[in-house]
Amino acid sequence: MKVTNWGNFPVTEAEVKSFSTQGEAMEAVAGWDELIPRGLGRCYGDSSLGKNILSTLSFNRFLSFDEKTGVLHCQSGVSLEEILNIFVPRGWFPPVTPGTKFVTVGGAIASDVHGKNHHKEGSFRKHVDAITVLTGNGKIVRCTPEENAELFHATCGGMGLTGLILDAVIRLKPIETAWIQQRSIKAPDLETIFRLFSENVEYTYSVAWIDTLARGSKLGRSILLLGEHATRSQLQTSSQKENPYRIPGKRKLTVPFNLPNFTLNNFSIKLFNAFYYGKHPRGEKTALINYDSYFYPLDFIHHWNRIYGKRGFTQYQLVLPPASGYEGVRKVLEHTTRSGYGSFLSVLKYFGPDQGLLSFPMEGYTLTLDFPVSENLMKMLNELDTIVKDAGGRLYLTKDSRMSPAMFRETYAHLPGFREVRKAFSSAGKFESLQSRRLEV
Amino acid sequence: MSQYCLILGAKSAMARAIAHKFAGNGYDLILAARNPAEIEADAADIRVRFSRDVKIAAFDATAFQTHQNFWDNLQPKPSVVVCAIGYMPKQQDAEKDTALALTAMHTNFTGVANILNIAANYMEEQKAGCIIGISSVAGERGRASNYFYGSAKAGFTAFLSGLRNRLASSGVHVLTVKPGFVYTRMTEGLPLNPKLTAKPEEVASDIWKAFRKKKNVLYTKWMWRGIMWIIRNIPEWKFKKMKI
Repeated sequence: MKVTNWGNFPVTEAEVKSFSTQGEAMEAVAGWDELIPRGLGRCYGDSSLGKNILSTLSFNRFLSFDEKTGVLHCQSGVSLEEILNIFVPRGWFPPVTPGTKFVTVGGAIASDVHGKNHHKEGSFRKHVDAITVLTGNGKIVRCTPEENAELFHATCGGMGLTGLILDAVIRLKPIETAWIQQRSIKAPDLETIFRLFSENVEYTYSVAWIDTLARGSKLGRSILLLGEHATRSQLQTSSQKENPYRIPGKRKLTVPFNLPNFTLNNFSIKLFNAFYYGKHPRGEKTALINYDSYFYPLDFIHHWNRIYGKRGFTQYQLVLPPASGYEGVRKVLEHTTRSGYGSFLSVLKYFGPDQGLLSFPMEGYTLTLDFPVSENLMKMLNELDTIVKDAGGRLYLTKDSRMSPAMFRETYAHLPGFREVRKAFSSAGKFESLQSRRLEV
Repeated sequence: MSQYCLILGAKSAMARAIAHKFAGNGYDLILAARNPAEIEADAADIRVRFSRDVKIAAFDATAFQTHQNFWDNLQPKPSVVVCAIGYMPKQQDAEKDTALALTAMHTNFTGVANILNIAANYMEEQKAGCIIGISSVAGERGRASNYFYGSAKAGFTAFLSGLRNRLASSGVHVLTVKPGFVYTRMTEGLPLNPKLTAKPEEVASDIWKAFRKKKNVLYTKWMWRGIMWIIRNIPEWKFKKMKI
């Protein structure tokens, strides 16, 4: 059957199986010469595509939960959405959440997802106590940061290439309410937003929406969104106070079909950006926002990726070390606007210190851009690669669909160590994706 | 005092979806399967998700002599019994293998009829309760491609109808569920028309609504009622020549 991920690019033909018991998983893995596990397919490119795909969506049971410590043991197909629905009402929240709740726990670990709180609380793997992996040699291995540590660190951020994640033990964090106290600050240019990031490091959640089409003196104009989990005393209405963990249901919209390719173009994007930036008052404002709207603003538009049309789109997410961050981001923005490519949803964030094996986050500045797929886009992105590489940065595999093996090799210094672990567990050659083949992992 | 729902054949995807539906609506559960170890994880899952009590028990539809004991040992007694037991053999294999044919017929009819009769005896005395039997549209008419399964289900449907007649004056509700195609292990590999095929969650939803409304017969998805009316009314001289 035809399978594609969130970017609708590439689309591939694959045999897809699912499993609901460990026995079925072992059977499926043994029966194929090569496969890649897949959760909800929210990566943007070809990370969870291959000729044989093993879906974890039927392996989605909760196994245990400790209501005193918030420690949750569950199978890898459980989604963050299910965790939110069940545990927010009980006063618990995922320790790290990416921009969508439609990811599985297995996917969150395999991509080692990061959230708006990375600078303070690290990536997803920092909150994982244990994972059970079915490796290429057919063995089921329990690994933690201490036991079978190399497999643990390779699997976190390992894009499914070390084996099939069966279940995990993660630590949820306690919350007083389901609301977020948000403070947003307008920044008229790149220098200001960089300064604002460092001035506001003590906030738990911080991310900036950036207007990537602004030029000249307005280059890098953004809105910094800072957040904290609201305490009971910060709640405003009486219904909030009576039910601190309940949030209003969201009316869901959907994009029922691919919009025509021309819908998102430089002009329409510029218009949107100008409106979005313009409607925010000068300076700053604060607001009480429910967690769903704060963390997952796009999730309520089902199939929003169809706005890009049938051609699909690709996301380009880079991270640059602090020393070259400002100059590097400036160069990237100048290059994209000069080449005539506008990014619709663009985000800038500061990462705290981090170093995994294949994990993406490292200390510095991460910029996310998205572009509709087109002929000359690849050439432009290759040029961006050079800027990123020269500045000592790298790209996020979960968003990537076109990076070259050379770019990958030269920017992921721990690749040799990662290859060792895969070899040790016979997962190389067995757990492969279109991405791993393309990048010659 | 909380109400318990007993689900026989708890391992299947359909049973799991029904279990979640009842648990989500305030019922505690007793899950029964031939091999209880295989449903431990499902039980744990429901306990965490819904904060409900979930008991596990061993039950084998074809071990008739164990049925009365099984029922007597249930503590507490359920107010709702859902029978989700079903086994579809390969038609050609069953034609050549008597043991297989008999297993199919006992699993789908005589075995489940026996336990439901035992449950009915109890509920009749209590003058309360509900029995939900999952039969199949395959029981509406015997077809060459699947008549061991189909005939057993036909027997089961008639049994449930008889039970309904018997228990009507005792206030016990008997619901016959007739699924068409459902996405489960039983139909894996078959070419299914997505417009006609239900997901287990949709079946569970339909069953819950029918349970609340005290319906007698439920077709899921709904269009199978019309489809089977047509199938049932094809004259025999025509039907015997068809290959469906």
